[in-house]
Amino acid sequence: MSRIGSYFIFLGTLFRNREKLRVYLGLILNECVSIGVGSIFIVALVNTFIGAVTCVQTAYNLTNPFVPRNIIALIVRDSTILELAPTLSCIVLAGKVGSNIAGELGTMRITEQIDALEVMGINSSSYLVLPKVIASVLMFPLLVIMAGFLSILGGYIAGTLAGVISPEEYVSGLRFEYKPFGVSFALIKTVVFAFLVSTISAYQGFNVRGGALEVGSASTSAVTNSCIAIVVADFVLTQVLLT
Amino acid sequence: MIEIKNITKTFTDRQVLAGIDGTFRPGDTSLIIGGSGTGKSVLLKCMIGLITPDSGEVLYDGRNFLTSNIDEQKTIRREMGVLFQGSALFDSKTVLENVRFPLDMLTEQSAAEKNERALECLQRVGLEGAGDRMPSEISGGMKKRVGIARAIVLNPKYLFCDEPNSGLDPLTSIKIDQLIKEITDEYRITTVVITHDMNSMMEIGEKIMFLYKGNKLWEGNSDTLTQSDVAELNEFIYANKLLRETAR
Repeated sequence: MSRIGSYFIFLGTLFRNREKLRVYLGLILNECVSIGVGSIFIVALVNTFIGAVTCVQTAYNLTNPFVPRNIIALIVRDSTILELAPTLSCIVLAGKVGSNIAGELGTMRITEQIDALEVMGINSSSYLVLPKVIASVLMFPLLVIMAGFLSILGGYIAGTLAGVISPEEYVSGLRFEYKPFGVSFALIKTVVFAFLVSTISAYQGFNVRGGALEVGSASTSAVTNSCIAIVVADFVLTQVLLT
Repeated sequence: MIEIKNITKTFTDRQVLAGIDGTFRPGDTSLIIGGSGTGKSVLLKCMIGLITPDSGEVLYDGRNFLTSNIDEQKTIRREMGVLFQGSALFDSKTVLENVRFPLDMLTEQSAAEKNERALECLQRVGLEGAGDRMPSEISGGMKKRVGIARAIVLNPKYLFCDEPNSGLDPLTSIKIDQLIKEITDEYRITTVVITHDMNSMMEIGEKIMFLYKGNKLWEGNSDTLTQSDVAELNEFIYANKLLRETAR
């Protein structure tokens, strides 16, 4: 409980005694490139294959001849938009971005770089962490949009190449019973996940005490705690927004 | 002038500082000496506000740092320059960007003025050609000099150096000591140096405070250092075989 309390106090420090706006603009841009552009490849790769696997596995399990084949595309679409693209992508990003944030801040802590900022009178948590949080909240949704598109495309390519569904059936399935709120739901979830991953990882890194061993532990804790926070928040948001 | 009064600090059940008093005057290079784990670095961190002491006062020209509000503390902090033990240079910035960083963050000067000042400080520490290099590309001694350049870039009134010689060869150590002394004299800065380097004590110790197990056991200067009758201080000083031989 004390760690949760100290996490919320840490969040408070991000927004108090901030530096000038112009200081943050360049930092946010750099972080957007690092977090966003730097994660495109892994997110694209994982989601393309996840879409492909979802399509082939759904087809494999759909043995009833009375169920139309375009249902495969509908299942790929809905599972991608509602769950796979936002949640799985954010878990992948927790591994990549979260460990990076914790490692970077942890190293800065043990090499006294954070102390150097503090003695200059700079709010180190706000200066170092706020740009990462803002960049994550901006870039995660863009990555998830790309992930959703590629996952559905992966399903299309795998399904048609494997011969489990025709291109026409796939497209008709994608259009069948489409609810636009699903996309809003996915983006709301992503923004929440982005905030959780960036702040939890920053908290872990920022509060490292010790040496290289502790920085490694902080990176591991950042990923595991972020993943736990993601699945818990996923359940809560699903309950609140979809029931 | 910096005054510290009755500084105490305890971590869990271990008292690290037991009521330390002291005065550090402008233009003096004051040394805080002692063995490892005697509380030197904790005292320094209490003075620069990285650790809050359990009790006591830290006065910067009469301004109580510990009871000041955030804005007043920021003002005092901006009058400080700190050279950290590991130099604490920002890995992602070049040497010039590191030195210019306090100017970027805390002043409204033009880019040209900031660059000029940063280059001037690099020149002062003898690193005029190293501005474009990354911290990972320079030696430990050069890092210390960059750290000093960054510490003086805002013309500080107070300069703190935490073990400036750690990890350096004797010759580079002497150069760093001389640089700190020259800068202190040149700008009449109040300089506080944490060290356990005997050469530093003899060369630049205008005022020396000896800490032992969190207590101040002795205060003097480099001339009186070897004439003390404090057993713990003598044990500390004459741990070095060469000095023992010389003393005989």
